[in-house]
Amino acid sequence: MAKLRRTMLYVPGNNAGMVKDAHIYRSDSVMFDLEDSVSIDEKDSARFLVYKALTTLDYGEIETVVRINSIESGFGKEDIKAMVRAKPNVIRLPKTEKAEDIYEVESLIEKEEKNEGYSIGTIKLMAAIESPLGVLNALSIATSSKRLIGIAIGAEDYVTCLKTSRSEDGIELLFARSQLVNAARAAGIYALDTVYSDLSNEEGFIKEIKLIKQLGFDGKSVINPRQIEPVHRIFTPTEDEITFAKKVIEGIKTAKSNKSGVIAVEGKMVDKPIVERAERILELAKSSGVLEAGKESEND
Amino acid sequence: MKIIKTGIAGTLESSDVMITVRSNSGKGIKINLQSTVKKQFGKQIIKVTNNLLKELSVEDALIQINDIGALDCTIEARLAAALYRGAEQSEYDWEKI
Repeated sequence: MAKLRRTMLYVPGNNAGMVKDAHIYRSDSVMFDLEDSVSIDEKDSARFLVYKALTTLDYGEIETVVRINSIESGFGKEDIKAMVRAKPNVIRLPKTEKAEDIYEVESLIEKEEKNEGYSIGTIKLMAAIESPLGVLNALSIATSSKRLIGIAIGAEDYVTCLKTSRSEDGIELLFARSQLVNAARAAGIYALDTVYSDLSNEEGFIKEIKLIKQLGFDGKSVINPRQIEPVHRIFTPTEDEITFAKKVIEGIKTAKSNKSGVIAVEGKMVDKPIVERAERILELAKSSGVLEAGKESEND
Repeated sequence: MKIIKTGIAGTLESSDVMITVRSNSGKGIKINLQSTVKKQFGKQIIKVTNNLLKELSVEDALIQINDIGALDCTIEARLAAALYRGAEQSEYDWEKI
């Protein structure tokens, strides 16, 4: 079944209560942050807290991600040493600008994996792209390592670099978002959107989720548990979409048995891309729990 | 590990613990515990504290624990941070923490 990464909940790494309860809100992933949400004086304490939580608590099937500090910050190497040992599913690298940033982190992770006796590649990587240079290098970043499971856009730093600010319709992010989705698809990895910081603007949040879904993103980082449900709802296929997808799969099965190529479903021509989309809808529906495995066909 | 200055870690927020370690040269370990759950978990908190002190070979220290219902792993994390700060050490032995 396809791994869902619709929501990644930010958890400040030095907040004991949130680290303890991170998984109860049922986001697809939780991301323990050692970077921007932790002050310089508390970097060591947050690292200890996340380390002990990951080596002690059971987060169940929720994917665990740790955002480490950059290597240049002076904290990144110790973060990697501790976190490889703590074994989250994914380490997220902030402010990635070029493939070399990934190579450097990957070699440090590999060294620690060897020290711990893990098989090489156990710890996956995700790269956050937060600058114009990173956006322009998106494809080389996305294809830089077999460990990479996704790339994410960090909008706040990016728009500041662009000498603009975030707007309601997100026009300033259109190029970066499109570039990231294209790079991720070319590399066969996940594309994750940035946070929506205005918790009081529910309408704006819904609009943004619909926009990034339409652009092709797999999901979005969220900063508050109450942002999880709307993202999951919008990313879950509707009953109409599932019904249509089932008809497409059924139609194509019949066409194959009749040795016929193109078919029509509900008056629309169905060819290979439509079939692939239908398969993806059904896969997403199964992973989201709204379609039972084995019930992909109308007659099942 | 030798405690040479005051080291503090943690907060007084719910589910957290604030731990202060001070030098107690040649006078052994002394732990003072204040906890919202002392009646039920006091012995366990002291046990967790002593275990980590032993692991990190801390022989002399005054430890003040202000617990607001922290899990054992949170107590260990905050104690480790306070001890490393008190010992002014930044080479961490992750195997022992």
